[in-house]
Amino acid sequence: MRAPGSELPILFEGVSVEANTVRILSDVSLALAAGMPTVLIGPNGSGKTTLLRLAMGLLAPSAGRVTWGGRDRTDGRRLAMVSQRPVMLRRSTFANVTYALGAAGAAWRGRGTRARGLLAQAGLLTQSDRSARRLSGGEQQRLALARALARDPEVLCLDEPTASLDPANTRAVEEIVTTIAASGVKVVMATHDLGQARRLAGEVVLLVGGLVCERSPASQFFSDPATSEAAAFLRGDLVI
Amino acid sequence: MQIPRSTIAVTFAFLVLFCTQAVAQEKSIVVASTTSTQDSGLFKHILPRFEAKTGIKVRVIAQGTGQALDTGRRGDADVVFVHAKPQEQKFVADGFGVRRFDVMYNDFVLIGPKSDPAGIAGTKDIAAALAAIKAKQAPFVSRGDRSGTHQAELALWKAAGIDIAADKGPWYREIGQGMGAALNTASAMNAYVLADRGTFISFKNRGELAVAVAGDRRLFNQYGIILVSPEKFSHVRKDQGQAFIDWITSAEGQSAIGEYRIGGQQLFFPNAAQRP
Amino acid sequence: MVEETSALGLVLGGDPALYEIVRLSLAVSLSATALAALVALPLGAYLALVDFPGRPFVIVVLNAFMGLPPVVVGLAAFLLLSRSGPLGFLGILFTPRAMVFAQALLVIPIIAALTRQTIEDLWTEYRDELTAMRVAPMPRVATLIWDARFSLVTVLLAGFGRAAAEVGTVMIVGGNIDGFTRTMTTAIALETSKGDLALAMGLGIVLITLIVLVNAAAWSIRRIGEIHAG
Repeated sequence: MRAPGSELPILFEGVSVEANTVRILSDVSLALAAGMPTVLIGPNGSGKTTLLRLAMGLLAPSAGRVTWGGRDRTDGRRLAMVSQRPVMLRRSTFANVTYALGAAGAAWRGRGTRARGLLAQAGLLTQSDRSARRLSGGEQQRLALARALARDPEVLCLDEPTASLDPANTRAVEEIVTTIAASGVKVVMATHDLGQARRLAGEVVLLVGGLVCERSPASQFFSDPATSEAAAFLRGDLVI
Repeated sequence: MQIPRSTIAVTFAFLVLFCTQAVAQEKSIVVASTTSTQDSGLFKHILPRFEAKTGIKVRVIAQGTGQALDTGRRGDADVVFVHAKPQEQKFVADGFGVRRFDVMYNDFVLIGPKSDPAGIAGTKDIAAALAAIKAKQAPFVSRGDRSGTHQAELALWKAAGIDIAADKGPWYREIGQGMGAALNTASAMNAYVLADRGTFISFKNRGELAVAVAGDRRLFNQYGIILVSPEKFSHVRKDQGQAFIDWITSAEGQSAIGEYRIGGQQLFFPNAAQRP
Repeated sequence: MVEETSALGLVLGGDPALYEIVRLSLAVSLSATALAALVALPLGAYLALVDFPGRPFVIVVLNAFMGLPPVVVGLAAFLLLSRSGPLGFLGILFTPRAMVFAQALLVIPIIAALTRQTIEDLWTEYRDELTAMRVAPMPRVATLIWDARFSLVTVLLAGFGRAAAEVGTVMIVGGNIDGFTRTMTTAIALETSKGDLALAMGLGIVLITLIVLVNAAAWSIRRIGEIHAG
């Protein structure tokens, strides 16, 4: 059931992005539809982050267009993002979440209760009163997830959320992401961790050098890649 | 901790503004006067009596005579109380003041180091003393600030037949500051300096300085008081200002001036009854 | 009278006149800092966040004005507030209010310039996060000022220190009236001119002690705050 104002599907039609004459994305056409998580994989600099920022409406394409549920613009109200190194506000853990709730327009009255619920989900309830900047890397990443969920998002973009985490913290984050996806939130995640892609992906988009190389359901991508680049990437060879 | 700082700031600012507002509402006048009357402690002696009698608070701004007259000319004071008669008369003639009254006099003294390089200590003729200072190129500190004392000094050089503007050399130091600063400078340099007797008596950082020349009739220093013209400046507190002038020229005010002494010495000699 | 009072006794003995001078100094400089902050914090934040033609020029001028000579500011304030000047109708020349006004003028560039730097640095850090949260411009400014509050306390202290230590503006617009507009610094200048160097130095030590105390208080507040929210 989608409200008339739904952000999905997010459609990319012939989208290119250039910055200072450097082409970051070339003629990308892609549909992000409701359903299983979409995982963007590819080497560093292949355009994954740029694609996520376009999907968030934080960046305008140099050519082509992006639409959300058929509309040319989004107010971003139900889009949320966790960046690779999320910045913690100089406030308590609890206040970081209530701030995100406020920014999302949540009523002042219920914020405390909702914040506690989100912190519990992120496993941070005992850290509520600590300064967010003094949390560990894994805790900060989970707090960023709680902040993103405070927006009650329809689409959640994750940019290498576990890149700097140890295995235990990586697993904790992945568990939260799985739960979120299961609750009907469309997850779009960039990663270069193939194992993570295998564990979470519903479909895989391989980006190489700003081009979409291959897009296929996860099971097919990992068992029977259609392109030589994908096969090489899966073998662990360098793909440039 | 949770109250926004801006709220505290605004509250505090208004609080202080209200306090000062309240103070400004009471009966008060602003008197532009000279450093000599202030620094000698005369005002501390006489003003409480006037305030007790009338309830009018007198706020004294101590400046040089020239600056004090300027303050009156801009309408920033209600009364001027200074010592440079020609300038005062011009002030009244130009319409900035109502009328000038004599109040008191003291005298200037030529201060110098005990070593006395010009050899003038104990003499009475100020013109001859200044001529000797110039002849010996002995260091001399001038106020150089258009104050009453500065005007008097310039008139004395003229009386000695010296055109100081043309003849000054490195021995003549114009500092452009008040009496106290001039005395501090003279004390540090062991220089001669013209000062009013009151300020010198109450001055503490004398070092080697002592009175070198005194008693010449030309060292006579007359103080006058003028109400700033209410016609020119409608905000001038005419009644309260006039009340102060009436009091200081009355027998009561005059005797208060005459009673003021430091170390047994009388500093100011009331002469309000003698009209110019 | 004056010569009967020993300098040390006056400074240490809690003389009521000295108390009044200290009270006025603190009240004037704190009010001036508060008044300046009302103008300078939003101004600094605006300069940090909004680009407009001539912005680099404004920033350079503002930074240069951090070193405005107090005497010049005092003179400008005097000409504004004099009965013959454009703000003469207020009738506040030679009152504590004029001193607050003049010191605020002196301190505004300091607070605004340092605020701009602080807020701009924090904005660089927060930009992506706040943009992704779609925080609107005005709440954005509020967020940055609030989250930079501990740094801004230091900025305000810099302004307060400047206001409390200067003598040029308060002397000119206050007139150094005994018991009314006499502050620590003008009292020091006066005692120096009266040749009572010991008393002047004693007052100077009291002033420095006060500034240290205010800074210590602010530092403690900052420390406590940082432990909870830094």
